[in-house]
Amino acid sequence: MAENIVPRVRVPRDAKAGDVVSVRTLISHPMESGLRRGSDGNLIPRQIINRFTCTFNGATVVDVTVHPGVSTNPYFQFEAKVDASGTFAFSWYDDNGSVYTDTAEIAVA
Amino acid sequence: MNKKTLLGGTAAAIVAVVAAGVGFADIRTGDSLVINGEIQIVTETAPPAFLEGVFNTVYSGWVFRTDETRAMQADDFDNPAMLYVEQGQTAFDTPMGTEGKSCASCHDNAESLAGVRATYPKWDAAHGAIQTVEMQVIECQTERMGVAEPYGYDSQQMRNMVALIASVGRGQTVNVAIDGPAADAWEKGREIYYTQYGQMELSCAQCHENNYGNLIRADHLSQGQVNGFPTYRLKNANIVSVHNRFRGCIRDTRGEPYAIGSPEFVALELYVASRGNGLSVEGPAVRN
Repeated sequence: MAENIVPRVRVPRDAKAGDVVSVRTLISHPMESGLRRGSDGNLIPRQIINRFTCTFNGATVVDVTVHPGVSTNPYFQFEAKVDASGTFAFSWYDDNGSVYTDTAEIAVA
Repeated sequence: MNKKTLLGGTAAAIVAVVAAGVGFADIRTGDSLVINGEIQIVTETAPPAFLEGVFNTVYSGWVFRTDETRAMQADDFDNPAMLYVEQGQTAFDTPMGTEGKSCASCHDNAESLAGVRATYPKWDAAHGAIQTVEMQVIECQTERMGVAEPYGYDSQQMRNMVALIASVGRGQTVNVAIDGPAADAWEKGREIYYTQYGQMELSCAQCHENNYGNLIRADHLSQGQVNGFPTYRLKNANIVSVHNRFRGCIRDTRGEPYAIGSPEFVALELYVASRGNGLSVEGPAVRN
C-alpha cells in the first residue's frame, strides 16, 4: 500500500498583491485507520498522514493535525493571502516517518 | 376556510409535479457539464429509436447527483478517479509479458484510444463474440504481449486501465452498434434487462425505467446509464466496473448474480450501453 503515494497541489500561476488565492492539495494515501481487521482477523496497523503543513516563503499558512477519521486520499483546500511572489511549500507527515513534499510557485504582480 | 386553503395547496402541488415531469420532483435538469472548462459533455439527449415512447429524454447519472458530486466531476483535480487513471497511465507505459511490450509499444499513447470507450461493447469478428473493453485488454495481454497472468476482469489494475481508456474518450458520443452480428447479444441483453430477478422479483426496468428520479431509500434512482463507467463511487472510495455494479443490483434483488465477465453480463452491458447512445462518454464519473 505504501507505493503510489503521490502529492499533488494546485495554486494559481499569478495573482495581484493582496489577493486571496485558493490552494488545493491532494495526496494519494491509504489512510489506514488502525481500526480495521484484515481477512486474517488481525488489526491492520495504522498508517495515516498525521500532519499536513503549508508555508509561503517560510511563513506558516496552515498546520493541520490529522486524525484517523480522515478518509483515503486526503484533500485539503484553503485560502491564502499573497503579498509578494514566492513559493508555497507543502509537507505531509506519514505515521511511518516519511515526509512527502511538494512546492508551487506563484507570481504576484 | 381551512379546507379551501388545503385544497388550493394540493392543486398547486399537483401542477408543480406535472410541470417537472413524473418522478422528477426534486431533480434539476437542464444543467450542462463541462470538464476542465473544455470537454463538453452531453448529459441529456433524445432517446435512441428503440426507446421512443419509453423515455422522452435519456439522462446521464450525473443529472441525478447533488451539486457537490456534480462539481467533483467537472475538474480533474477534484475527481478522485483521476488518481486511478494516473496509475493506469503508468501501467500503460510499463512493459509486461514475455514480448517485452507495453501498451504504448503498439498504441503510442492512450489518446490514440480515444474512440474506444464510445463504441464498446463491440462485435469482434476474430473471436466471434461481443467484446468489452476489459476483454480487449485481456486479449492484448495474452495474444500479443505474452502475459501469462492477465489482469482479472474486475481487478484494480484492470479498472485503472479501463478508467484511463474511458478518460481519454470523454466527450465522445456513445454509439454502440446493436445491429448485424451484435443483434443476438443485444436481444439477450434486452431480455435480461426486463427479467425480474431474486426474491424481490425486480427487473432493471422496474427501477431504472419506471421509477428513475424517485427515491430508493435516501438516494435518487437514475436511468442506469453506463456512460460514466468505470465510476468513482464515494461509498467505495474506489472506481467500480460496470459488471460490479450489475452484480450489486442483482444482489440487492436478493437474486443470484451472474459472474463478472460472463456472457450474460456482457450482453447486458451491450444493451444498457445502447440505451445511452447519444450521451457522452463520461468515465471516470463521480457518483454516490
